[in-house]
Amino acid sequence: MFKWLHRFGSAPFVYRFSGALAPWVGGACAVLLGIGLYLGLFVAPTDYEQGESYRIIYVHVPAAIMSMFVYMVMAISSAVFLIWRMKLADAVAQAAAPIGASFTFLALVTGSLWGKPMWGTWWIWDGRLTSELLLLFLYLGYMALRAAIEQPQSAARAAAVLAIVGVVNIPIIHYSVEWWSTLHQPATITKLKPSIHESMAVPLRFMIFGFLFLFGYVLLVRLRTGILQREARASWVAQLPEIMRFNALAPAADSQAVSPSKHSETKHG
Amino acid sequence: MNLDNGTSPVGIALLIKCIVVREWSIAVRNPGQWLNPLLFFVIVVSLFPLGIGPSPATLETIAPGIMWVSALLAVLLSLDALFDADYADGTLEQMVLSGQSMSLIVLAKVLVHWLLSGLPLLVLSPILGLLLNLSLDTMPVLMISLFLGTLTMSLIGAIGAALTVGLNQAGVLLSLLVLPLTVPVLIFGSASVAAAASDISANGPLLILAAVLILALSLAPLATALALKIGVSGSN
Repeated sequence: MFKWLHRFGSAPFVYRFSGALAPWVGGACAVLLGIGLYLGLFVAPTDYEQGESYRIIYVHVPAAIMSMFVYMVMAISSAVFLIWRMKLADAVAQAAAPIGASFTFLALVTGSLWGKPMWGTWWIWDGRLTSELLLLFLYLGYMALRAAIEQPQSAARAAAVLAIVGVVNIPIIHYSVEWWSTLHQPATITKLKPSIHESMAVPLRFMIFGFLFLFGYVLLVRLRTGILQREARASWVAQLPEIMRFNALAPAADSQAVSPSKHSETKHG
Repeated sequence: MNLDNGTSPVGIALLIKCIVVREWSIAVRNPGQWLNPLLFFVIVVSLFPLGIGPSPATLETIAPGIMWVSALLAVLLSLDALFDADYADGTLEQMVLSGQSMSLIVLAKVLVHWLLSGLPLLVLSPILGLLLNLSLDTMPVLMISLFLGTLTMSLIGAIGAALTVGLNQAGVLLSLLVLPLTVPVLIFGSASVAAAASDISANGPLLILAAVLILALSLAPLATALALKIGVSGSN
């Protein structure tokens, strides 16, 4: 059991494993999103209060759920990296951050688009929207800190500390914003909570799992790229079929670079 | 009784005393370091009426928010230099190597930093509150909330300052890292002042501020110490 787990510390194994896994995850994502979008956009009934515009929840809700979930993934892998010094955990956190920021951004944009027909305005300082905005700032801070520190090892460790500090703060931020918005707003704001009919909830579940697999797929692809970047000088990378194929194309460029030296040799001769 | 990893730590009291005396004498010799953020606070607060208009009723409603946002920005500004000088001349490295508890050193440094940045701000706040038409009855709540809030800010901000130690353009990055984390402090701080201004008990928000301060006091020095060790080890 532990031997099996141990292999996830080895970059070549994870590279191959994620390469084998990615098409399956991507395929599952395509199927789930296909079914979810079809059911959500064509089969689910029109809402008697909001008309067709409610259908944006099929993107908004999964994106909002994933924005929190990805931060948890990032924080947990950061903790694993700091505690067990497992470099691949850091590669996971690094790969996850921009995906999480994209989900958060998507949740904000769709929330704002939804707000226009619902509240009559593009933006309302609603508790959930505001915490999404702050979550986006946390993601951007994480990525900015990573980018600012030149030495990769200290960048990884500093970013990991920040991710963990952020995860301790997220609940406090979330509940204080919730409290703040109930204090400042009349209670007439419509909530998502009112029980949602089964015919609308089923497509939503498909979309949520579809988004989860989308995250998994993009994470695997980004993780593979990240591993190649980190291990660019390792011999196992040079022996990968895809890298060898790429190198086979290179000689054309190489011979150009080499030719001037040949010239000088002939002159010497 | 010496449980610390084989080195010989001096007593906690002596350690804190050394740090406090050192930080204090440095600060007294560089008054700009702590006077400038204070000046910044005064200027920002007096800019708001110029931008919004001098109507006393408007000023009264937005005064808690103005005081609090300006205080956060002033503390943030002063945090920029918290570890930079020590990093540049190698003191920080010696502190990490000294075998003393880094969290305690950080805690002592932050407390001195607060005495020089938060406390003067606290003392000045009633005068600025009067400029913004806050009633005299709200001043105690304003000062208590600023006491709890600026101390929390210094503690949280120290994490950001430690993470960005030795970086170019650390100032902008620092605000990006720290400001989202201080949202709860801002919310409950200005809420307590607003409650006091409309004659409602401010105990609730103040108690939450105190709880957040206790959490920050117990956890922030650990994170700051870890971040400083990373920053120092990355420099060579």
